[in-house]
Amino acid sequence: MSQAVNEAAISSGTGRHTLAMSRGRAWRERGVRGALLACGLVSILTTAGIVIVLAWESFGFFIEVSPWEFLTDTKWTPLFRPQHFGVLPLVAGSFLVAVGASFIALPVGLASAIFLAEYAPERARKILKPILEVLAGIPTVVYGYFALTFITPLIRKVFPDTSVFNAASAAVVVGIMIVPMVASLSEDALRSVPRALREASLGLGATKFETVTRVVVPAALSGIIASFILAISRAIGETMAVTLAAGATPKLTLNPLESIQTMTAYIVQVSLGDTPFGSIEYRTIFAVGLLLFLITLSLNILSRFVLKRFREVYE
Amino acid sequence: MATSEAVASSAHFDPQPNKRRLRGQIFLWSCFAATSVGVVLLAILLVDIMRQGMGRLSLEFLGNYPSRFPERAGIRSALFGTMWVVAFTGLFSFPLGVGTAIYLEEYAPRNWLTRVIETNIANLAGVPSIVYGVLGLAVFVRAMSMGRSVLAGAATLALLILPIVIISSQEAIRAVPPSIREAGFGVGATKWQALQHLVLPIAFPGILTGMILALSRAIGETAPLIMIGALTFIAFTPNTPLDEFTVLPIQIFNWAARPQAGFHELAAAGIIVLLVALLSMNAAAIILRNRLRKEV
Repeated sequence: MSQAVNEAAISSGTGRHTLAMSRGRAWRERGVRGALLACGLVSILTTAGIVIVLAWESFGFFIEVSPWEFLTDTKWTPLFRPQHFGVLPLVAGSFLVAVGASFIALPVGLASAIFLAEYAPERARKILKPILEVLAGIPTVVYGYFALTFITPLIRKVFPDTSVFNAASAAVVVGIMIVPMVASLSEDALRSVPRALREASLGLGATKFETVTRVVVPAALSGIIASFILAISRAIGETMAVTLAAGATPKLTLNPLESIQTMTAYIVQVSLGDTPFGSIEYRTIFAVGLLLFLITLSLNILSRFVLKRFREVYE
Repeated sequence: MATSEAVASSAHFDPQPNKRRLRGQIFLWSCFAATSVGVVLLAILLVDIMRQGMGRLSLEFLGNYPSRFPERAGIRSALFGTMWVVAFTGLFSFPLGVGTAIYLEEYAPRNWLTRVIETNIANLAGVPSIVYGVLGLAVFVRAMSMGRSVLAGAATLALLILPIVIISSQEAIRAVPPSIREAGFGVGATKWQALQHLVLPIAFPGILTGMILALSRAIGETAPLIMIGALTFIAFTPNTPLDEFTVLPIQIFNWAARPQAGFHELAAAGIIVLLVALLSMNAAAIILRNRLRKEV
């Protein structure tokens, strides 16, 4: 530390002794600033790149297939004849998995958040938080393997008619995957509720349970709902677990025990195959990718809007 | 007045304190049970994978190339591919991410451009990884004709983890007290000199922690690399960044997707190797973080 200070002092001591910056130093400062700004612009270029690539390639697709057909046809068979380009079965598959995952992740995640923020002693928190972090850091392909070799056989024991690939198994592991996200974001929201509110409620004679459910949770509701929306967005974008567990049969169904296909799994299926680049079949992945990007982006923006618009502001 | 209040409150709160307390106990234990779900599932997952994969772990498994015959197959090419890709991902994302973080924390004026950059980074963090794969395929593989190379894969993953690197570096830089900077200015240092000699050395362990966590995310990524065409069957290790490659998660995916039980065991063994790598990276990050806490 002190050595670094000395160096800085010495280097500024050499050369001309003026208070104004020497020309060389001024240029270097400007150069550094420009280089750093350029780094910052890379992230903007990334977004621009995503939008341009998706829009351009989808444009090529929509010249041949009308957007109306894409959004309303109920059959998705671009890889064999007769070709149908109705994206609804894929969207339905994604939402079936996401909704199923929400049934697990939202209650479990919120209850975990309440336990961690309101009840857990410091020692328990110190053990539980890192475990949730590890759960969040496990690669999705591992969850896919777990779904295929553990969850699916379990489901098939209860419902013997279940297909080997099914939406339920994928939904369960995607649910497990997003629990840490709901738990950690909701916990932050609960923690930011001021102490005074809890004390006021307890002071009026409410029990801890009544304080948590009728004062703290409502006060943190914007943050909790924002975390729910982000988790659903994450579930829709999830790829490897659903590719391994949910199958490759685009189907408009509400039955989670059947094999389905999600938007993400379709994109993987095409890029694993030998579909020639530039063909209409190949371009489908960009159209599906564009739709996926728009859905997740709107959910993320909605989540931030909820957080901002409905936040209870305390002094 | 008083009676009407009593009536109103009794509609919301049971007058019997015992019942109210019991309800609280039930609630507490259900919340605890929900939290344990995560712990129990992690345990089941680890035990299940160990049980299936342990028997396959051996030096031959680490040193052999993949094969049609499960008993001879190994992860040599995947292991080397992962190391190549992660090294280059770090090389690309470190300067870009840290540079952006320094700009946003130290230089950026409060104007529309800064707001656009910040909102944009927050949005990028929420883009599904497969969409980055689509970008990498169109830009790096096709437009810049890098082919299905290590370079294209690393560039794609670098963009994917960039938001994580930026946000964690920003936090590390923000944690350096302003007095340090001011001391530098006081002895005549320019802004960049103060940053280079005073602020960044202090923020460095924090930046490094974030970098390790970001790379551990990159190691586990599968979908974007499948998109850019990382091969699922490859029997050589890359020698230059322009060679084709495969990585551990893709090899695991390939084995898991096959119906034969022999390959499922290989997948489980591959997962054990992947998880060991991830956990040791996380442990390194935690150790670094703790050391940093002691010093400041």
